[in-house]
Amino acid sequence: MRLARRRVLAAGIGALAGAAFGASVLAQPQEKVIRIIARKFEFVPEKIELKKGEPVVLEFTTADVLMGFNAPDFKVRADIAPGQVARLRLVPDKAGDFDFFCDNFCGEGHETMSGTIRVTA
Amino acid sequence: MSESIDRREFLKLAGLGGAVFASGLAGCASMAGAKQEDFYFVQLSDTHWGFKGPALNPDADGTLQKAVAAVNALSFEPDFIVFTGDLTHTTDDPKERRRRLAEFRDIVGALRNRNVRFMPGEHDASLDNGQAWKELFGPSYYSFDHKGVHFVAIDNVSDASARIGEAQLAWIKADLDKQDKDARIVVFTHRPLFDLMPQWDWATRDGAQAIDLLMPYKNVTVFYGHIHQEHHHMTGHIAHHSAKSLIFPLIAPGSQPKRAPVAWDPAQPYKGLGFRGVDAEVQKAGYEITEYPVIKA
Repeated sequence: MRLARRRVLAAGIGALAGAAFGASVLAQPQEKVIRIIARKFEFVPEKIELKKGEPVVLEFTTADVLMGFNAPDFKVRADIAPGQVARLRLVPDKAGDFDFFCDNFCGEGHETMSGTIRVTA
Repeated sequence: MSESIDRREFLKLAGLGGAVFASGLAGCASMAGAKQEDFYFVQLSDTHWGFKGPALNPDADGTLQKAVAAVNALSFEPDFIVFTGDLTHTTDDPKERRRRLAEFRDIVGALRNRNVRFMPGEHDASLDNGQAWKELFGPSYYSFDHKGVHFVAIDNVSDASARIGEAQLAWIKADLDKQDKDARIVVFTHRPLFDLMPQWDWATRDGAQAIDLLMPYKNVTVFYGHIHQEHHHMTGHIAHHSAKSLIFPLIAPGSQPKRAPVAWDPAQPYKGLGFRGVDAEVQKAGYEITEYPVIKA
């Protein structure tokens, strides 16, 4: 009897969780994810193509040393640590070409480690 | 007539030095506290010992020695000499980093004046949190007093993220708390404390906090390096003066989309490189800056 009640309870919780997850998926459509590798001394890719007003998640990884991503025109930055995934959500609010760069000193080519975000209307 | 006025007169008469930039505050000439005297110091910066790049400096192995000789040849002995960072060019190899720092130390050991202060730049210190630099040169931030002026050396490079950091900011606050609000304060640092060009790494991420700590003091001047060119800027009443490099110049802030070095001009070797002399003047409560080339034209 006790076991049966537990099963009913578990089934109820599972249904609730499923409903909540379903609602969440409906409210937030899957956002585009762009994976970027930071390595000495470049970002791959170094050109990121985005659409104005379209949310995107940038995912960064590195196998080298602590790197940084900084896009001052959108006031976003992230530390990129070896062995971890850094994520930044970005909704571009203007069209054009905008620079980004590594803002953690990472070695001899650090000064030239940069790229461009191209946002089309 | 004081010795420093003699020196300035001499410089004018002899036509030595380059452009002179005066920096100071009116109305702060008489201040309480320690006895103040005119004095003179020399700032060198961004020597990047170990750099290789013939297109930018075919005499990378000899420019530092020429600068040392030029300082030794000054007609007047400075009270002290300061190097504001990037003594060496960066390397991933810890052994090579120490070798370059030791070689640098040996070369500048030829300076006649033995009162030399050193500071790290990101090329010296960012890849190992200043470990090698401290082994060879001691603490990376410190303060000292000289003839009535309080000097504070701020390290904004040992942290690879260009931060001064909470611990050092607390130390700066405690150090400044001992000073009168009208004390004469000079700050040495490597990166600019203000946002000159953050997208070119010409900024300190928490530099505004250091400026906030300095702001209550009426007479503050900052001398820094990093941007490989002379530049003058005010944040409120605080003057910021960057020094030339001794390896290669960089383009002016914002003059092109990307930061870039200036190529060596065989017709004008060592152009854009140099060091500076700073006259600290009691009467003007200010600083007269004279720029010197590596070699006389």
